[in-house]
Amino acid sequence: MSVKLGILALLSQQPMYGAQLRAEFEGRTGGTWPLNIGQVYTTVARLQRDGLVEGDGVADDEGRKEYSLTDAGRAEVAAWWASAAPPSSDPRDELTIKLALGVTMPGVDVADLVQRQRSAGMQRLQELTADKRRGPRDLAAELVLERRIFDAEALVRWLDHVEGRLAESATATTSRPVVDHSSEETS
Amino acid sequence: MSDQPILSMRGVTRTHGDGAAQVRAMVEVDLDVVAGELVAVMGPSGSGKSTLLHVAGGLDQPTSGTIVVEGQQLGSMNSTALAALRRGSVGYVFQELNLIPTLTAAENVALPLELGGSGLAAAREAALEALAGVGLDGLAEQFPDTLSGGQRQRVAIARALVGPRRLLLADEPTGALDTRSGEDVLRVLRDRVDAGAASVLVTHDSRHAAWADRIVYLRDGRVVDSSAAVAR
Repeated sequence: MSVKLGILALLSQQPMYGAQLRAEFEGRTGGTWPLNIGQVYTTVARLQRDGLVEGDGVADDEGRKEYSLTDAGRAEVAAWWASAAPPSSDPRDELTIKLALGVTMPGVDVADLVQRQRSAGMQRLQELTADKRRGPRDLAAELVLERRIFDAEALVRWLDHVEGRLAESATATTSRPVVDHSSEETS
Repeated sequence: MSDQPILSMRGVTRTHGDGAAQVRAMVEVDLDVVAGELVAVMGPSGSGKSTLLHVAGGLDQPTSGTIVVEGQQLGSMNSTALAALRRGSVGYVFQELNLIPTLTAAENVALPLELGGSGLAAAREAALEALAGVGLDGLAEQFPDTLSGGQRQRVAIARALVGPRRLLLADEPTGALDTRSGEDVLRVLRDRVDAGAASVLVTHDSRHAAWADRIVYLRDGRVVDSSAAVAR
């Protein structure tokens, strides 16, 4: 979805060749999402099929074909800028499933699992922060990088929260009064 | 980054109280911090983070174990020698800045040097240099209440690092600051470490800990994990 709309948005600025679309997309997003040229042409072909993009089909001297937006394509881009993007994270991610199963199964050291995951998350955050320190870069690239930093931070904060909940849950379990049925009299 | 540790802790334990009321704030902690290294210490409240910092800087005594700062073993020193080491080699940055409101930024930074016996002119020169090092060269004559929170924190860092001190101990130094100001403070801290200081940063904020080369996790006074250094 994001590649398709990204290509449409780029074409709303000016007509472009396939290789140019790829370079502009990568350049403007800090090189975070590399595209292969086949992916660009496949996407453009779908957009042409859907009537959002048109090309005159005539290659220039270097064999390049130029693509531009149709009126429907321009309307699609305008609607995109004017609407909120849907949440992109997959709620069925592996870590969430692993933790949910882990807390319900005996023999799984969930606290240890949380710590290992947090350590990995922090390492990721360290790498992104080191990358940021290497700056300076343009505003768009900086914002893309900061988005990844916030994502990594959110994961670590969630793991801190999980650890707190596990500790609370352990305290509640150990402090719960044990009912001793052995001394109950039967009459 | 050099291999020579500026701070070395071995088997450090700190307990408070006796018998049933005994609390073990730190248990058998080993930690080395070399020149050019920034180590973040993370852990839940009460895990021993601040105790580690106080013990490392000689502000508190361990119950057992050894602490060596710049080649000097703290346990073997009398209180006068310890005070001299703290003044000369160790800088502290706490969330409570303890800047003196009636002194200018330059005077606040110069104060520890003057207390250590430096002449006024030499102390002032070192203070101006330290303030320039944290990007506050134009604000040396300002009083603390005329500075922003981030600027005050940078004055505190300049004061912590003024002179030849090479060990910087920071306890939540970005706690009261917004994201950008907090980042400015970390950048200063990081630059000073890259220039040859060693630092221990206690923080609960993962984004700030990510500026460190290494992260040590404490739980119930024990080191439970330590992240690998990241290549820079």
